[in-house]
Amino acid sequence: MIPEIGHFALILALCVAVVQGILPIYGAAVGNSGLMAVAKPAARGQFLLVLTAFCCLGYAFAEKDFSVLYVAATSNSQLPLHYRLAAIWGAHEGSLLLWTFILTIWMFAVTLFSAHLPDATRSRILGVMGLVSVGFLLFMLTVSNPFERLIPAAVDGRDLNPLLQDPGMVIHPPMLYMGYVGFSVAFAFAIAALLGGNLDAAWARWSRPWTTVAWCFLTVGIAMGSGWAYYELGWGGWWFWDPVENASFMPWLAGTALVHSLAVTDKRGGFKVWTVLLAIMAFSLSLLGTFLVRSGVLTSVHAFATDPKRGLFILAFLAVVIGGSLALYAWRAPRVGLGGSFAMVSREGMLLANNVLLVAAMGSVLLGTLYPLFLDALDLGKISVGPPYFDSVFVPLMTPAIFLMGIGPLAQWKKASLPDLAKRLKWAFGVSVLTALALPVVMGNWTPLLSLGLLLAIWIATTAVVTLRERLAHVSGNTLLERLRSVPRSYWGMLVAHCGIAVFVVGVTMVKGFESEKDVRMNVGETTTIGDYTFRFDGAQDVVGPNYTAARGTFSVSRDGRETTVLYPEKRRYTVQNQVMTEAAIDPGLLRDLYVSLGEPLNDGAWSVRLYHKPFVDWIWGGCFIMALGGVLAVSDRRYRIAWHRQEPAVPASTRTARRKVA
Amino acid sequence: MNRFLLPLSIFIVVVVFLGVGLKLNPREIPSPLVGKAAPDFSQPQLYDPATVFSPADLKGKVWLLNFWASWCSGCRTEHPVLMELAKSGEVPIFGMDYKDQRDEAMAWLKRWGNPYPVVGVDDAGRVGINYGVYGVPETYVIDKQGVIRYKQIGPLDPDTVAKKILPLVKQLESQ
Repeated sequence: MIPEIGHFALILALCVAVVQGILPIYGAAVGNSGLMAVAKPAARGQFLLVLTAFCCLGYAFAEKDFSVLYVAATSNSQLPLHYRLAAIWGAHEGSLLLWTFILTIWMFAVTLFSAHLPDATRSRILGVMGLVSVGFLLFMLTVSNPFERLIPAAVDGRDLNPLLQDPGMVIHPPMLYMGYVGFSVAFAFAIAALLGGNLDAAWARWSRPWTTVAWCFLTVGIAMGSGWAYYELGWGGWWFWDPVENASFMPWLAGTALVHSLAVTDKRGGFKVWTVLLAIMAFSLSLLGTFLVRSGVLTSVHAFATDPKRGLFILAFLAVVIGGSLALYAWRAPRVGLGGSFAMVSREGMLLANNVLLVAAMGSVLLGTLYPLFLDALDLGKISVGPPYFDSVFVPLMTPAIFLMGIGPLAQWKKASLPDLAKRLKWAFGVSVLTALALPVVMGNWTPLLSLGLLLAIWIATTAVVTLRERLAHVSGNTLLERLRSVPRSYWGMLVAHCGIAVFVVGVTMVKGFESEKDVRMNVGETTTIGDYTFRFDGAQDVVGPNYTAARGTFSVSRDGRETTVLYPEKRRYTVQNQVMTEAAIDPGLLRDLYVSLGEPLNDGAWSVRLYHKPFVDWIWGGCFIMALGGVLAVSDRRYRIAWHRQEPAVPASTRTARRKVA
Repeated sequence: MNRFLLPLSIFIVVVVFLGVGLKLNPREIPSPLVGKAAPDFSQPQLYDPATVFSPADLKGKVWLLNFWASWCSGCRTEHPVLMELAKSGEVPIFGMDYKDQRDEAMAWLKRWGNPYPVVGVDDAGRVGINYGVYGVPETYVIDKQGVIRYKQIGPLDPDTVAKKILPLVKQLESQ
């Protein structure tokens, strides 16, 4: 009964979504405020309906209702409750429901925080989101229904893929989807602006916080996925350039470009056409990612079970949504006009360069990801594109981008002087170069890439100090504390996010330069030393978990004769799917991770063992969280809080009526 | 051309490729040996080292050649499928014990069942090299003229057997 309620709620949600996608947009076009008023209650109603469906599926999992096909396929009576709930998004159908649910959460949020928007704009935004939702609900109800019954019911479920039975599964997909789907808001803002023909600074100001929030979620989501891969896959890598990782990274790159481009549109009215295109791009790439994961066109560790009908549906949906928006763009954008002019050496110029570099990076990831498909489709052979391609493309693109990151915030809008910038930054530059050259030598391993990485990281940090100092000189306040307080939060946000990049770069550089690993056979009582740490293998015992049996090894780690920690890596066999999983044991630390994973059992209690010493590896994820923190600071800026609390529209009434006449 | 149409044009090209991509299977790795004569060999048999096993003996028959080993976990996954197929009697499966120990291989077959009428021994992996074996298990469909018609990399599953192997065998039998 409960699953039928969920199914029915989805059908109703589809009806509501159709109404929400048509009436408000039509109303905005003809200036009918009655039709426009439909948007808000429709969006809220849709949210409640999809919430109901989501809870129904959760209930079916919690109650182990194996008469629901999806529940039987992705869970098992032995599976603990938190993983049964996380199994809601453990496979295709349910993760699609999560996608839709999060889309309605964002819609609901728009209805809450849009009091300051003109009616027509708000109606168009919600209408566009409603249309996107129509596609996803239709997809679910036609070829991917999570509530499909299995009659007669299965005695027990086939269990969740053991790879997914991990705390990372509980939090990573919702975070990532919040980011992916969050770009739908910026997308809807852009489409609404194209429809209404008013791409002004106000539009950019409204879009900014939404884009930043989505970007923060995506940043955290990607970082968590990377961390999960690091400890779950058992060989210590943190990024694999897998097609599906790329699928999440491309919207991130486009989103990062969008965040910067929106700043120019907001502050200077420039880059309008470009900003709109980026907003369309960021969301399109999110949709493309959905297609790549679910259609089976690329091989990947993440791919869902595939079905040609599903692939065709998403492709058609993709063609309509992205093709439609790009056609609208081609039609409306030429009339938008350009913003104010600026010199090449100016903050605009540098942000433009940043955008070009980020989009080029995005393009090269896209090319590398789809290249095997292109070749195969043209019958030119089967290849795969791996890390060497991406590494060699990324370093030359990111190096100038990071270099500009240091200068950009110091440059004046419109026109800046190079000699002046050079004078202000000479200390930062000198300190960075010297430290970057000396530090690796002191640490005993100099390589060009190591120095380059450190140079970039220190450059970001030192220029941030210079930027902050100059900024403090220009704000009012008697004491230092007062002056620090009067620097706006959005400015702090920028500095913090940039420093996050520095931390990230340090992590990547140090891991690449100084990590060491050993693949050894260890007998009981034997010791192995790696990076100052001595590991003693104290044997492996059999342990029994809720739905698996495991061999658990014990490793005592010591340094200079003093015990550091004891690590317990496991080799688990999940009984239902008869799959073997490696559970690495990690001793994390600010300056290094110690990482042990069990290989295969050998004779007489000996095991093949992999040991890693990874300096600064946690800085990689730490950097991502700091970036996201910067985003949060920026969004909490005073001017957004004021805008949200203001009941009156931010635009004077006279322009509003004028716009309506135009519409 | 209108520069505002550029994004749309790029997108259309990508969609066309994605559409074509839907029909392709990225996991399928083509073998240059498909359509060519199966490389000849004469290897000792597992249960009777004095007798040799050679494809020449099987001319005029459609048969499967399955590379396996007792140390390979994929072979363990595949094994019930092979047992089922052998029981159905649709097509004979000949085994090639790849880089393995004779006693361990025999113990493995004793424990899990033996689907093969004859098992050849390729302890040095020479036959594997000639057949372009990436890793065990791999299975080849060989026709009456001794030509390789299909190559399966990785374990056979019931679906592949029902949808690919059996129809192909039927078609080859009728030729």
